[in-house]
Amino acid sequence: MAYALQQLINGLTLGSMYGLIAIGYTMVYGIIGMINFAHGDIFMVSAFIAVTAFTLLAAADVTSVPLALTFVLIVSIFFTSAYGWAVERIAYRPLRGSTRLAPLISAIGMSIFLQNAVQLTQGARVKPIPPVIQGGLEVWSTPEFTVQIGWSQLLIIAVTVVMMVGFTWLITQTPFGRQQRSCEQDRTMASLLGINVDRTISFTFMLGASLAAVAGVMVTVYYGVIDFYIGFLAGIKAFTAAVLGGIGSLPGAMLGGLLIGLIESFWSAYLWAEYKDVATFAILVLVLMLRPSGLLGRPEVEKV
Amino acid sequence: MKKTFLAAACIALGALSTPALADLPVAIAGPMTGQYASAGDQIRKGAEMAIADINARGGVLGEKLTLEVGDDACDPKQAVSVANTMVNKGIVFMHGHWCSSSTIPASDVYAESDIPMATVSTNPQVTERGLKNVFRIMGRDDQQGLVAGNYLASHFKGKKIAVLDDKSAYGKGLADEIAKAMTAKGAKPVLRESITAGEKDYSGIVTKLKQAGVDVLAYGGYHTEVALILRQAQQAGLKLTVMGGDTMTNSELVTAAGPTADNVMFTFSPDPRKNPDAAPIVEKFRAAKIEPEGYVMYAYAAMQLFEQAATKAKSTKYAALEKAMRGGTFKTVIGDLSFDAKGDQKAPGFVVYQWKDGKYDYAK
Repeated sequence: MAYALQQLINGLTLGSMYGLIAIGYTMVYGIIGMINFAHGDIFMVSAFIAVTAFTLLAAADVTSVPLALTFVLIVSIFFTSAYGWAVERIAYRPLRGSTRLAPLISAIGMSIFLQNAVQLTQGARVKPIPPVIQGGLEVWSTPEFTVQIGWSQLLIIAVTVVMMVGFTWLITQTPFGRQQRSCEQDRTMASLLGINVDRTISFTFMLGASLAAVAGVMVTVYYGVIDFYIGFLAGIKAFTAAVLGGIGSLPGAMLGGLLIGLIESFWSAYLWAEYKDVATFAILVLVLMLRPSGLLGRPEVEKV
Repeated sequence: MKKTFLAAACIALGALSTPALADLPVAIAGPMTGQYASAGDQIRKGAEMAIADINARGGVLGEKLTLEVGDDACDPKQAVSVANTMVNKGIVFMHGHWCSSSTIPASDVYAESDIPMATVSTNPQVTERGLKNVFRIMGRDDQQGLVAGNYLASHFKGKKIAVLDDKSAYGKGLADEIAKAMTAKGAKPVLRESITAGEKDYSGIVTKLKQAGVDVLAYGGYHTEVALILRQAQQAGLKLTVMGGDTMTNSELVTAAGPTADNVMFTFSPDPRKNPDAAPIVEKFRAAKIEPEGYVMYAYAAMQLFEQAATKAKSTKYAALEKAMRGGTFKTVIGDLSFDAKGDQKAPGFVVYQWKDGKYDYAK
């Protein structure tokens, strides 16, 4: 029982990170109907920005952890959303209105470009940072097993909850959210009603990138070791999470992320860890066979 | 008139393609980029120094050596294309590759083209396929696993030991041998599992180890994953001692795992830096600001092996070179090298090491 609880905590931590990245996929799909394959690499770039920021702070002798975290989060969100904006401006906007396949290919190109650019400029070796947050809370102690939740795990779950609440508020309650939703429903109509569609799409990319930046900082804090290749696997998993939850649906992306995190940790806890990825993707296939539009997705209705 | 010109051109071309420039190309190959690039770096530094020294002595059979560097990034597909490139460059000797999964397919290419190679890859299959051109200047996984397994069984009596691998040719080979040797000595592993290399989250498996009350983890795989497992184990309140293979020599393990790296033990060939005969070379490396750790001295030794074999055979042709390597004993910085019929180094020799404060030394 205690063991299961510990695996639940592990799964939630991992799932929160998948979910944060998955939202970026799902939002972009919602608004322009394409999969932004470079999103995983935007996440990787944000982790590198975080490592650089932590190194700078260490050089400046900043020892207060909350201060350091806030600073790194702000820096990382700022630069990563600039990357998100630039990627959209360079690789997708010129292709808007061409075939559906063109931006997809340019997204894959962008992903390869970012990966190689980071490998060449930052080197191929792993970048470690010393543990930022150590220790944790003993939640429950039984004679055979002590359930422990690390402060960094708590932080990740808490930050994810805060981000989700703030984000839902942004989309449902603010003028920007209204514009974003209207562009999602009908871009032509929205522009006829005086909404600046280009700007809304740019903002959407920056928002997706900021959430990826939060995930990037959390990964850096929690695992402490990053390399130029982390975007690939994380991107694939997050994309799967978005599809599982129903692509285009924001709560769906979060739900999908959590589910994948939980499946991974429980599968490796009770069954054979080596078949973990097989299980994850088998469940994805099953869900899509029974519900082609994902768990919370709405089937697309063709309006005539 | 035209015909004479053509003939002259042919002669000129022919002259260019023969090694009249008196340069002998030898090669190294391994992960110069990618996850394991630091090992590639060690190999390159060792080989560069060796070739500079050999050339300063007048080269091999009067010809200067030049170094070709192949980057396979530990990717088997890339390894084969690197091997083909090297064959086209006309190399006479190869030191590489590094990852067993790269060495195995690449060695077929070198065998077809009659190029002798000396490798540090430890998977038994490297020399078990009857290829005459393959020589191994390092021990084999099955010896490495035996030494590690026996050490675990005798030094950690009564402790719970788990065996993990990363599903790679090297990792699984090593982990299987460790488990076999342990079981033979009556210390059966409490857990035998595999993980996926390249991921970041191993908290699932770490919790599983904690649940099983594991004290010692025998791991077949590379240092990156060990660093992540150790960090996550510490967060989960689990104190682990790790026993790994020769890949744990990489000092990147210490930067990534921090103080928890002190719990890492591994098997590796006796430290060439402790070889008294190699002291001048060690000094020379240190003077050049290179710490001759890990694979540096092996790369140096591989080049010495080529130099001595070619001198003995009085030729760099494959048949003579291969015969000389198989028949002789060679004095190198890693000790005396001689090979058995399969191409394995005769003196086995794996010792258990332990990391301590960023340095490793023989374990007590």
